[in-house]
Amino acid sequence: MFRSAPGTTSRGRGLLAAASALTTPLLPEDFLTLVDPLWSTTSLRGRVVARRRETGRAVSVTIEPGWAWAGHRAGQYLGVDVDGVRFTRSYSLTSPEGAEHLTVTVQEVDGGAVSPTLVRDLPIGTIVELEQAAGEFTLPDPLPEKLLFVTAGSGITPVMGMLRTLDRAGTMPDVVLVHGARMPEDTIFRAELAGLAARHPSLRVVLRHSAVSGRLDPAVIDTVVADRADRTVYACGPDGLLDALEGAWDGVVAERFTPPARATEGTGGTVDLGGGDVVVEPGQSILEAGEAAGKLMPSGCRMGICFGCVLPLREGKVRDLRTGEAHGEPGDLVQTCINSSCGPARIDLP
Amino acid sequence: MTAVLENPAHLEPGPEETGREQHPQRPVLELVPSSRREDVQATTELTAEQIEELGRRLDAIRDRVLAERGASDAEYIRGVIRKQRALEIGGRALLFAGVLPPAWIAGTAMLSIAKILENMEIGHNVMHGQWDWMRDPKIHSSTWEWDNVSSSAEWKHSHNYMHHTYTNVVGKDRDVGYGILRLSEEQRWTPYYLGNPLYNFLLSLFFEYGVALHDLEVEKVVAGQKPLSRVWEQVKSIGRKTGRQILKDYVAFPALAGPFFLPVLAGNVTANLVRNVWSHAVIFCGHFPTGAVQFTEEQLEDESRGEWYVRQLLGSANLDGGRFFHLMTGQLSFQIEHHLFPDLPSNRYAEIAPEVRELCREYGLEYTTGPLWKQYMQVLGTINRLALPNGKR
Repeated sequence: MFRSAPGTTSRGRGLLAAASALTTPLLPEDFLTLVDPLWSTTSLRGRVVARRRETGRAVSVTIEPGWAWAGHRAGQYLGVDVDGVRFTRSYSLTSPEGAEHLTVTVQEVDGGAVSPTLVRDLPIGTIVELEQAAGEFTLPDPLPEKLLFVTAGSGITPVMGMLRTLDRAGTMPDVVLVHGARMPEDTIFRAELAGLAARHPSLRVVLRHSAVSGRLDPAVIDTVVADRADRTVYACGPDGLLDALEGAWDGVVAERFTPPARATEGTGGTVDLGGGDVVVEPGQSILEAGEAAGKLMPSGCRMGICFGCVLPLREGKVRDLRTGEAHGEPGDLVQTCINSSCGPARIDLP
Repeated sequence: MTAVLENPAHLEPGPEETGREQHPQRPVLELVPSSRREDVQATTELTAEQIEELGRRLDAIRDRVLAERGASDAEYIRGVIRKQRALEIGGRALLFAGVLPPAWIAGTAMLSIAKILENMEIGHNVMHGQWDWMRDPKIHSSTWEWDNVSSSAEWKHSHNYMHHTYTNVVGKDRDVGYGILRLSEEQRWTPYYLGNPLYNFLLSLFFEYGVALHDLEVEKVVAGQKPLSRVWEQVKSIGRKTGRQILKDYVAFPALAGPFFLPVLAGNVTANLVRNVWSHAVIFCGHFPTGAVQFTEEQLEDESRGEWYVRQLLGSANLDGGRFFHLMTGQLSFQIEHHLFPDLPSNRYAEIAPEVRELCREYGLEYTTGPLWKQYMQVLGTINRLALPNGKR
């Protein structure tokens, strides 16, 4: 998990193996990265090279990726140290595919552990840990003739990555974007969206402001987009909106941004996590409890979507915090980010 | 014999109260015959309540440090790691010019310091999980491997678990003598122990191998208490690490130096020896100078958290010195604080040491400390004395 080296050629690997005889028990790169942390081939790192304030609560961070970067399509995890402790969160990439630098746009979450740091206090030059891009919420290939994007709040970010990609490639199909934000000044990328629409006649941007004209719902969108039924629909935003869209229309491709409400009943207990006992509080996920205990846990979206956090259950059962359902047999891979324990359990670490 | 515990000054009982039978509470820790009984003055007539109170006060120190841990601590360990690696590169580079004596001396010194820092302030402390809270996969107890022939996995068991749980318990803590030396009167004398001073000298030269063999628990193998398959696994692991170190220090780097093969080889051998002798001295001074107490297995039964703390306190000894000295010992010069709180970041021991010392004074427990040379002389004295059957003064 920590020693994968994508993007290294087999000849490069041979050289590194030879050099490691000189650096054992460390790796050659442990010395190389004294010069520049981005020269790592085993951990993907990036350097913050620019920050741009998008709204009062959102900032775009431009990152120069290190040697191990394998390029991206969509979905990106980012690790950042907050008061000395490494946190990882997934943020959608907003930079176009193929761009030299990558950009994530982060909106501050009240009481969040990571987003306030990213938005307020991430000096240029900071080294951040990255994971290779992953995620299914990507532009279809081949492109459909007619697309409808429905987004709300920071749900615009993955769609912005797609629009920039289309813009850069000069292949903007017939696209309608319906985007909801609370107020005009909360609308991330407002000016850029207007610019894109002006440049591409085939792109229509509809902005709605919930504080002015109410929340987005399928009926409202149907009145704004007359040929909605002919369009492939991509939606990203809060659960309520996505549930409504999926309930009203068929074939919606949705990406959820807000973690669902959590069950607490019957959850919690002591888990043997990789050979050490960790107390999981009721309503707390195994991932959160493990991280709080200093364990190195694989993680990803932290809301049960990406399966980047799965670990093998060896004993006991776990309880899904979304449904309250107890499940799990020895050997099952469980998503630690949305499961709590229910009573004692044992889980292996990678 | 029953060791005598001085009562805390403010709790001074009347003469009629000092007798054990008159004491309202069972004396909880009955401190034991150490290798030098007459020097053990700190033993305890503390009541169970007092011991638990002491435990709570130590817990409070721990909780405070945990709450304060943050970016500056993270920067500390990252800084030490950066400096250590720079020293290692610099030392090895200078050794390539090692035909010139000043370059050889400077290079060897730098490499020795790098190896000491790597083993003590970085390796030992990272493998204790002191930096796990940072969740940095590069500086984590589950991923760290050190420049030593004992693998991190084996060492974490024998050191973190066995030694730190059973500190100074004769028969349980294998650091008492490393299965080689006689360091306690409780260890039955045999003629083998006439070689105590010689074994200690050899152990200090080849300390990293001693540590690796220590993991192997040879005496358990001899007694048939340990399956041979497990032994073979360990031997292979020691072999792999030994092979890698020999290849690196004694073959690859000297070969890279071409015609200067010998100076580089000599520098690397010296650095490994210096590191071994230094770590041996520091580690032996942590538990065996005069004043550090040893315990029996019976005392482990039903041990409370407070009693555990008292055993760690009394079984350990500190070393006096300046900041650089503390860094070079991996802060094991704060052995007492380290044993009380083995997983707190090492850079915090210096700051809590005065508080621990004050607590010891208040509860009348001996806080053993002294300069390295003095403590080491005491350790050598004990080793020499215990080479003989009764070894009493």
